[in-house]
Amino acid sequence: MSTVTEQHDTHGDEHADHGLTDLGYIKIAIFLAVITAVEVVFSYTQDQLGAAFLPGLLILMAVKFFMVLLYFMHLKFDSKLFSLMFYIGLVLAVGCYAVFLATLHFFQS
Amino acid sequence: MADTAVHADEHVDHGGHYSSTGLSNNKLAMWMFLGSECLLFGGLISTYMLYRGRHSENLGPDQVWDIPFTSASSFVLLMSSLTMVLAVSSAVRDDDRNTKVWLSVTALLGALFVAGQVYEFTTFYREGLGFTTSLFSSSFYTLTGFHGVHVSVGIIMLMSLVGMISKNKVVGDKKETVELFGLYWHFVDVVWILIFTLVYLIPA
Repeated sequence: MSTVTEQHDTHGDEHADHGLTDLGYIKIAIFLAVITAVEVVFSYTQDQLGAAFLPGLLILMAVKFFMVLLYFMHLKFDSKLFSLMFYIGLVLAVGCYAVFLATLHFFQS
Repeated sequence: MADTAVHADEHVDHGGHYSSTGLSNNKLAMWMFLGSECLLFGGLISTYMLYRGRHSENLGPDQVWDIPFTSASSFVLLMSSLTMVLAVSSAVRDDDRNTKVWLSVTALLGALFVAGQVYEFTTFYREGLGFTTSLFSSSFYTLTGFHGVHVSVGIIMLMSLVGMISKNKVVGDKKETVELFGLYWHFVDVVWILIFTLVYLIPA
């Protein structure tokens, strides 16, 4: 019985109406545009922001990255297997190139 | 077992190819492809980060970047992601007319972005920043050029899809086909989100 339920759940995920309404997508796009504007303001006020400049900019970038990934690309609503396929590549890339840059003393400069 | 058979039959009705997990093979393959693309762009971004300081005094990022112009280009590409998701949404509702309209608008916004990139490259070249001028310029042109090629391929794919929908020549599940094209397009946008911040906004 549980097997049947599990199969139906997977089936439901796959064919579920993909996430948000059109208005929801428009709201997310506006939010992303606002974040982009804030990023640009950050780049012009880096002297005033001081040490908060770089972490702030990277956090805003990460928010935009995952908003598109989770909502526009539907990863939030789709099967976890799709997420796994993508995150394996992403983690490999970040890990591999972080080591590459560290080896070449990038983070010390 | 019987459930699986019924399950598979239902999927066949939709015209797609589904694995024993009940998931679309095409979609799984697209996500694997996008995962592998992370490695390609990761390498290009890392190389740029490493070489961004290797330039002559008057032809570095701080001298040539036009942040307001690039910000406008980024906004255009971001909005193309919105129109793409609206195309997918229309395809899910079986609304072919709006699907074609939104796909065409997406391609148009993509073309505007590529035109902006061509303008930017031309301006940089006239200022003396050629491909082999410095390690900075080589890594910059390679990274943004690869991204531009991805956008251009996406535009060709979108226009082909519009033509195929018009002539009713889409093989298999039309909704899924539009969604797969959408995944590729959004990925191109996601890569630009990284490039915009790491290359343009963070000073060398």
